[in-house]
Amino acid sequence: MDFSRRSFLKSSAAGAGFSALGFDLAPAYAASRELKISNAREYRTICPYCAVGCGTIAYVHGSGGLNTTKTVIHVEGDPDSPINGGTLCPKGAAQMQLAMNPRLQETPLFRRAGAADWEEVDWEFAMDWFARRFKESRDRTFVQRDEAGHTVNRCEGIAWVGSATVCNEDAYLITKTMRGLGLIYIDHQARI
Amino acid sequence: MTNHWKDIKNADVVLVMGANPAENHPCGFKWAVEARDRRGAKLVTVDPRFTRSSAVADKHLQIRPGSDIAILGGFIRHIMENGLFHNDYVRLHTNASFIVSESFAFQDGLFSGFDQASGEYDKPSWSYERGPDGYVRRDPTLTHPRCVFQLLRMHYDRYTPSMVARIAGCSEEEFLGAAEIVCSTGTANRVGTIMYAVGWTMHTVGSQIIRSAAIVQLLLGNIGRPGGGINALRGHANVQGATDHAIVAGILPGYLKVPRPHQTSLNAHLRESTPRPLVPDTMNYWGNYPKFFVSQLKSWFGDHATADNGFAYHYLGKAADDATWLSIWDRARRGELEGLVALGFNPLLAGPDVNRLLEGMSNLKWKVVIDPFMLDTAEFWRAPGVSPEEIETEVLSLPATHWIERDGSFTNSGRWAQWKEMVIDPPPSVRSDTWILSELFWRVKELYEREGGAYHEPIKHLSWSYLNPRMPTLEELAKEINGYNLRTGELLSSFGELEPDGSTSSGNWLYSGSFTEAGNQMARRIAGDPTGLGMHHDWAWSWPLNRRVLYNRASADAVGRPWDRERAGIQWNGREWIGDVPDYGKTTPPGRVGAFIMTEEGVARLFTTHLIDGPVPEHYEPAESPVPNVLHQTVSVNPTIRWYDGVRETLATADEEFPYPCTVYRVVEHEHFVTANVPYLVELMPEFFVEVPEGLAREKGIENGSRVRVWSKRGEVQGKAIVTRRIKPLTVNGNVAWTVGIPVHWGFVGITKGSMANNLTPFVGDANTRCPEFKAFLVNIAPVEEVRS
Repeated sequence: MDFSRRSFLKSSAAGAGFSALGFDLAPAYAASRELKISNAREYRTICPYCAVGCGTIAYVHGSGGLNTTKTVIHVEGDPDSPINGGTLCPKGAAQMQLAMNPRLQETPLFRRAGAADWEEVDWEFAMDWFARRFKESRDRTFVQRDEAGHTVNRCEGIAWVGSATVCNEDAYLITKTMRGLGLIYIDHQARI
Repeated sequence: MTNHWKDIKNADVVLVMGANPAENHPCGFKWAVEARDRRGAKLVTVDPRFTRSSAVADKHLQIRPGSDIAILGGFIRHIMENGLFHNDYVRLHTNASFIVSESFAFQDGLFSGFDQASGEYDKPSWSYERGPDGYVRRDPTLTHPRCVFQLLRMHYDRYTPSMVARIAGCSEEEFLGAAEIVCSTGTANRVGTIMYAVGWTMHTVGSQIIRSAAIVQLLLGNIGRPGGGINALRGHANVQGATDHAIVAGILPGYLKVPRPHQTSLNAHLRESTPRPLVPDTMNYWGNYPKFFVSQLKSWFGDHATADNGFAYHYLGKAADDATWLSIWDRARRGELEGLVALGFNPLLAGPDVNRLLEGMSNLKWKVVIDPFMLDTAEFWRAPGVSPEEIETEVLSLPATHWIERDGSFTNSGRWAQWKEMVIDPPPSVRSDTWILSELFWRVKELYEREGGAYHEPIKHLSWSYLNPRMPTLEELAKEINGYNLRTGELLSSFGELEPDGSTSSGNWLYSGSFTEAGNQMARRIAGDPTGLGMHHDWAWSWPLNRRVLYNRASADAVGRPWDRERAGIQWNGREWIGDVPDYGKTTPPGRVGAFIMTEEGVARLFTTHLIDGPVPEHYEPAESPVPNVLHQTVSVNPTIRWYDGVRETLATADEEFPYPCTVYRVVEHEHFVTANVPYLVELMPEFFVEVPEGLAREKGIENGSRVRVWSKRGEVQGKAIVTRRIKPLTVNGNVAWTVGIPVHWGFVGITKGSMANNLTPFVGDANTRCPEFKAFLVNIAPVEEVRS
């Protein structure tokens, strides 16, 4: 980011110089605009906010190779998309700050009964605990026959909610897995 | 949406009601503006507030929250009384001619068959009259006193402009001004569209509001046509897809039904779920239900689903009476729920009635929250007013990947499934939803294998044949959803290839055709538009079968000629249908079967037995209303509302303590709660506020920018007052009514913190969907004395 910012200032200064000599500013101005994304790779994604489904281009620095971290440096509407034709709303235009956000949670956190704060845990602990609680509650609350004597084979003590923010493929896997585990209390944002 | 975003540009009239797309769907709303600028379309907004959409409308009609059916019923009457309906369309494509049973009646706010004790309708009296051949009797002249057309006329006769004005609070002239525009498209050469959102669904009569809109659009002949339709604007990137794939109580992927307990075998379930034709000339496409259902079981249980074991039918948990959102929290509150998993969802702020949700959450033994950000729901044990030491619930908060760190597809409101690229890698300590789900599944499965436990056959046999079983790829899942011919191992190209004998699989029949042997259809990016109507058949993929306008057979007349040649949906060229992907057999001649292939009637339903609270919509007051129902005082609210434990006591009656209707909404800078983490957006819209009409502010001594308190019988909020002329006083049943408006975006975690709007909202939902009544309730308001320091 620093590099781009410095380059921008340098070009601007150069532009001012040409202008004093009566040169056309346009090429220098164009060059300064080009710099920000000139070495970036373009990826096509979809805005994650509302369901208009605006096509979005994310510009990325870094190859994703061993010693690099890919970083989104700019986001703009995809002009090819027949839906938004390159436009974005204030939220969509700020997607970069959602993607590269210092508030993103970085590690599993666990809160014990009655505790006043979180404690950091690792994934091994987290998934072990999750699976253990899930099984215990399933075993305790699984109903094979209802009061009328009908086979119902359902887990009544666990609910799953969400999400309208995951992709179709994960949405499908959520339904398949939770129905497979016998859950029936399943809902998401569409209801509210 | 029956249609799709870009199609709105083809409309002559756009009605925006129960939505504010200029604010909440700006890049989709531009197609309405395009219709206005390019075609001279007229734009009408109907809303309790003058919104950003109203600002560009030709006509704005302000109404009281919860009076939508009065308005739409008024439109229906206006169309009927003035002969503004599309005559040929109504006769050809709707059930106007169907004759209804003699026992059907409507009196004093109740339809026939109401059982006071259970609060439910017994529906046989709403059914059609059958002829000697077993099919429904029809009267093509539409004059039979019990034909649907005449019943509709009779039912809405009460919705006169003066009655509508009394209920909604507008003037007769204002109502008629809107009605004249909205009801002006009942001809072959004109077409109108409706854009709605949760401003319609979030009512105790939400489903019936949408039914009213369907009736308006069918009478005007606007369904199935480019530039027409009923278009639900969805609020999250993949609400549509997550609903299609059924993270939803009561349905399975592709809108199949969760089996009921009394359906003790596969055959019993299929028999009750597969509709039988009501007329000889219907395709009755849901007649294929067994193919969809059995193929889904094959996707889920593979070789363990065989004809001999009813394709593992007994592995599926059978439905509860009610498993929806409100019932989940009701169970939690009563201590009947041990654990809850919330993924990509912030339930506490989502409401309704945050205090009640807090009670429920505190009763859980454990909770897991999976999200890229820390959520208020995960930190409920230190919400304002809560003492952590009193909360025994154990909570795990798992950091999950963001949309930009995954590929996969989102389905937008217009049913376009668009594949996205993975842009960046997640940090090493963050896991994807797929990984978390797989890991949970495997660890639970391993525990059952080691220790045994309650009925674990379905877990043992759940099909999980992915290349890396601990981390399926999204492409693998997309293919599973599409489905295979299990004999050849090839991907299916359409749900037309599905079989009920276990020889095909498809995780969701509706998405069959989205990932075929020709590749991932959702990833297509060819932007051409040969139709000129914005259909873009080679851009992404639209369910079903890449069809861009649902029910498009109705865009043409009896012989297959488009109603309007310039905006043809499909047309019959003598050999086949051309244009959009036909919602009809490609080579089935016009006239063979009805246009609405999914219904047992073969035509669209102006009258239906499919909802539980009436075959035609009726205006009922919100559960909390400032006035009695002037149509029928003894049945003021929807009589089939499900009342959860102790909720009646939390509702106010209109009195001096709670005199003001209130409604909640979004602003463009925020999307519910996640944007509280985005600095630019917080800077643009930093603070919780309350929108107070000017006259009410004067009455209460509230100054613009000063602090106010708003409270309902359930809770309160405090924030800055925005004194506004955008909400005018209304005259409801002779009295002045002020509406207060409140945005929903604030909580106690995030860069910006503020009052939770859902402290105020009532824990009561639509009779059919149980979607809570967020959009109309009662509050009081007062200035807060500034404390001098």
